[in-house]
Amino acid sequence: MKRNRYALIFLCLAVAVAVLLGANVCIGSVSIPLKEVLSILGEGSGSSVSAGIVLEIRLPRALAAAILGGGLALSGYLLQTFFHNPIAGPFILGISSGAKLVVALVMVYLLERAMQASSLLLIAAAFAGAMISMGFVLLMSKVLSHMATLIVSGVMIGYICTAITDFVVTFADDSDIVNLHNWSQGSFSGISWDNVAVMTVVIFLTSACVFLMSKSISAYQLGEAYAQNMGLNIKLFRALLVLLSSLLSACVTAFAGPVSFVGIAVPQIVKNLFHTSRPLLMIPASFLGGAAFCMFCDLLARTLFAPTELSISTVTAVFGAPVVIVILLRTRKEGM
Amino acid sequence: MAAEEFYFYTKGMSVGYGGVPLIRDIELKVRRGEILTLIGPNGAGKTTILRSIIRQLSLIGGAVYLDGRDMSSFTGNELARRLSVVLTERVRPELMTCEDVVSTGRYPYTGRFGVLNDEDRKIVRESMELVHIQELKDRDFRQTSDGQKQRVMLARALCQQPTVLVLDEPTSFLDIRYKLEFLSVIQRMAKEKKLTVIMSLHELDLAERVSDRIACVRGDCIDRFGVPEEIFSGGYIPQLYGMTAGAYDELTGSLELEKMAGVPEVFVIAGCGLGTPVFRRLQREGVPFAAGILWENDLDYPAARALASRLIMEKPFRPFSEEKQMEAKALIDHCSRVICAPGLEQELEGSLAEDLKELILYAKERERHR
Repeated sequence: MKRNRYALIFLCLAVAVAVLLGANVCIGSVSIPLKEVLSILGEGSGSSVSAGIVLEIRLPRALAAAILGGGLALSGYLLQTFFHNPIAGPFILGISSGAKLVVALVMVYLLERAMQASSLLLIAAAFAGAMISMGFVLLMSKVLSHMATLIVSGVMIGYICTAITDFVVTFADDSDIVNLHNWSQGSFSGISWDNVAVMTVVIFLTSACVFLMSKSISAYQLGEAYAQNMGLNIKLFRALLVLLSSLLSACVTAFAGPVSFVGIAVPQIVKNLFHTSRPLLMIPASFLGGAAFCMFCDLLARTLFAPTELSISTVTAVFGAPVVIVILLRTRKEGM
Repeated sequence: MAAEEFYFYTKGMSVGYGGVPLIRDIELKVRRGEILTLIGPNGAGKTTILRSIIRQLSLIGGAVYLDGRDMSSFTGNELARRLSVVLTERVRPELMTCEDVVSTGRYPYTGRFGVLNDEDRKIVRESMELVHIQELKDRDFRQTSDGQKQRVMLARALCQQPTVLVLDEPTSFLDIRYKLEFLSVIQRMAKEKKLTVIMSLHELDLAERVSDRIACVRGDCIDRFGVPEEIFSGGYIPQLYGMTAGAYDELTGSLELEKMAGVPEVFVIAGCGLGTPVFRRLQREGVPFAAGILWENDLDYPAARALASRLIMEKPFRPFSEEKQMEAKALIDHCSRVICAPGLEQELEGSLAEDLKELILYAKERERHR
């Protein structure tokens, strides 16, 4: 009974991902019918304008939105588990902004010396930034036990990092700065196949590790004391959780800048769809949900006011923020 | 007795926080299938001892042995298969049914992904039946009462199939029905499944009845360790808790509030337990009273000892001595009122009761002349 329900939801999520992937490739300022897209994909290459648009712009962008969206949702799920806090997420806790700051510093430094930043270097920079922010949040969480104050402190860290990033971006003098500006607002544009390859490896490896930890996560849901009594090595587990969630959000930030609300909203929506919090279901479902959600938002971001492109966070906020409000109202009712 | 006979014991264990010992040289010993209870005043460190035993606090000194092995040598999983816990920590898991919570007890036995097999599910079901929570199976854990939560956590601990069960004040949130049910389950598991139980309790009456051994935590040491008969005798309990007001009855574990001192205004002729409600009423109303004549084995005796400002008593099964009768009559003369415990007169039959009857008659005579 339950099993059928879970299978059905998974099927729906998978279909949504597939349909949105198709839509993202077909729809745009130049409309390309599905038939043509399929033939272009079948050939694998082509010299026509359409082939260029599909293969070099839309497909890598759609794939990036899917993979990064999945990673972001998973990162949010891990943070929510870690802090036992339903509105934790990489963006709201300032982790994305920390990653953004270090990436911006590295990019500006390299641009001034006319060097190109490699994907891995960007991820490393983002990871360093994410860990710095995470460190602050962890310090705060020792002092502030209340969930709301922890979130507020995270938001403040985010503001500080964003302010410094804006400062750096404003005063860096280079023509490429326009690109940097777009990125620092959050965008899936300008993703290359090389980027896609790197992010695929990083995100999928990390997600696989998370999936392998699903049993430990289920123990941790009962609180540290009980988890330890079940034989879980708490210190190691907490360290792994911090590393994996930071790595996921760092990877996203390195390629797409800070993307808001996906990390909070998607795991919550998925949790309520399944009406369970079993990690074994939640991990793959959050990933699929995040992929679908980000592709949907990116589609809107680039088509709604074409040719002007909205930043991805603008769109994700429109759909994500109401979810957070609903969660807050609900947790209030349950007296947390 | 050689230490090896004990299934669980500590040797010179010191516990505390941040390297500072709070309680030193703890020597606890318990055999398989026995129940060991820690009692002692609030803040004495019962929870600290329990948290150290379950390895949530590192020991400051000494060692804990389980089944002849130093407990620090167990891996997390090895220990989890032998020892499970019910803690005071509040648990608020999101979207988990009670059955989900109980199932987490199978954690040490399941594979990489924690998927339950048929055997696991059977054990989960049995554990839930044992503590009568089958009907809560599909209920969201957060939407149950504190008492229900506590029983779910017990089922969870039992389905971990431990040989040692550690419980920190397990009965605190339970009403009397579930207190008794909860402890009955624990007692049954101890006797039938040879489960060794280590717990802390606030209810002294229950501790006395359910425990095979009792450790009294006070100050920086285990003040006393022994069988309940040794602990609940000789006026030790008020001393352990540093009681300043009221009285504790060793035999029944019942408590009385502070007595009204002063010259007695009322004389209560009591007996057969019929006087106790009268004593309590007078205490509530703040009236100092005298009681008598009571045999020391009378049901009313403990409450009278605790509450009466003057008490005239006689050795068990003996006729009242001339002297005691004179004393009682003199007291009646001085009191402005005499109350004969309701229903007492009907109970008075036989030769031993003659003296009491006479006292009642004397009181009635006095009332008439007043």
